[in-house]
Amino acid sequence: MSSTNSWPLWEVFIRSKRGLNHKHVGSLHATDAEMAIENARDVYTRRQEGISIWVVESVNISASDPKIMDAMFDPAADKIYRHPTFYDLPDALKHM
Amino acid sequence: MEPVEIENKHLLNYLLHLADNGLVLAQRLGEWCGHGPVLEQDIALTNIALDVLGQSRYFYQYAATIDGKGKTEDDFAYFRDERDFKNFILLEQPNGDWAHTIMRQFYYDNFMQLLYNQLISCKDEQIAAIASKAIKEVNYHLKFSSEWVIRMGDGTLESHQRAQDAALALWEFTGEMFIPSDFEKQLAHLGIGYPFEHLKNDWLKRLNDVFAQAKLDVPESNWFQSGGKSGNHSEYLGILLTDLQYIQRSMPGCKW
Repeated sequence: MSSTNSWPLWEVFIRSKRGLNHKHVGSLHATDAEMAIENARDVYTRRQEGISIWVVESVNISASDPKIMDAMFDPAADKIYRHPTFYDLPDALKHM
Repeated sequence: MEPVEIENKHLLNYLLHLADNGLVLAQRLGEWCGHGPVLEQDIALTNIALDVLGQSRYFYQYAATIDGKGKTEDDFAYFRDERDFKNFILLEQPNGDWAHTIMRQFYYDNFMQLLYNQLISCKDEQIAAIASKAIKEVNYHLKFSSEWVIRMGDGTLESHQRAQDAALALWEFTGEMFIPSDFEKQLAHLGIGYPFEHLKNDWLKRLNDVFAQAKLDVPESNWFQSGGKSGNHSEYLGILLTDLQYIQRSMPGCKW
């Protein structure tokens, strides 16, 4: 199945029946968007996992650089004041 | 025979015809399992195989009821001989290359999508119920095979040539779909594919449309093979059945 290598890679996002947003579920190969959706239907929704499919060619996704993970994400670690946990909530307010 | 017995005999034949179509096609598609050109298409074909096999099981189960002799779906699938099978000759044709497999699928999907649409209002409620369930699956199969015909026909020089070769090679097996068998004529009052000229016109109309998009020539020959519905098959069906029926024939009644 080496011919797969010449087909572009696509990332697949599925929205489940009760899900609000599409979630990344994996990737696959396809020659065009229509085929990518159909392949995703067969590979990722054959057990009723979803009711909506998004695909995007992997080359169109820009990702953060794992090498600068520290600089990107560590500074947020000690900024607990960014969480809305310092408010006194009225007793009447439930489920917060 | 009483009139009701005669009617049941025709109905049994018709149900076996529909069931055999799916069983034989599923067996052919199953041969691709593990051999598809890419993993994703391998899965796509086996999914289609399971869809049509599922449709066949409903028809075999209903046939067993009509037959009324205590048979099961397995008896029909595994313990009948080549001459008893009533599938289209088209469906027993070897897989060939990807283009042949897709073209066989397109010719058949195009027909079944029209037929099931008609069977939804069949006067036999059981057939109508099976058709209502199957039509969703077949709508997808037709989308899948049409897109592949267009993708290959309007693709590279080589894919175009292969698609054109397949269209021509399988053409002679398409005519049979529109020649009513004796049992179909006798069941015409149920609304099962009759008149077949209408089916053929609709089938050709859609084929012309897809082939135009695919830049493929519609074959012109008017000479067609026939006989599948009455049990006269090509040399390929016997070999296919040998594979399909082997385990049940050597160990009758064995279970997984």
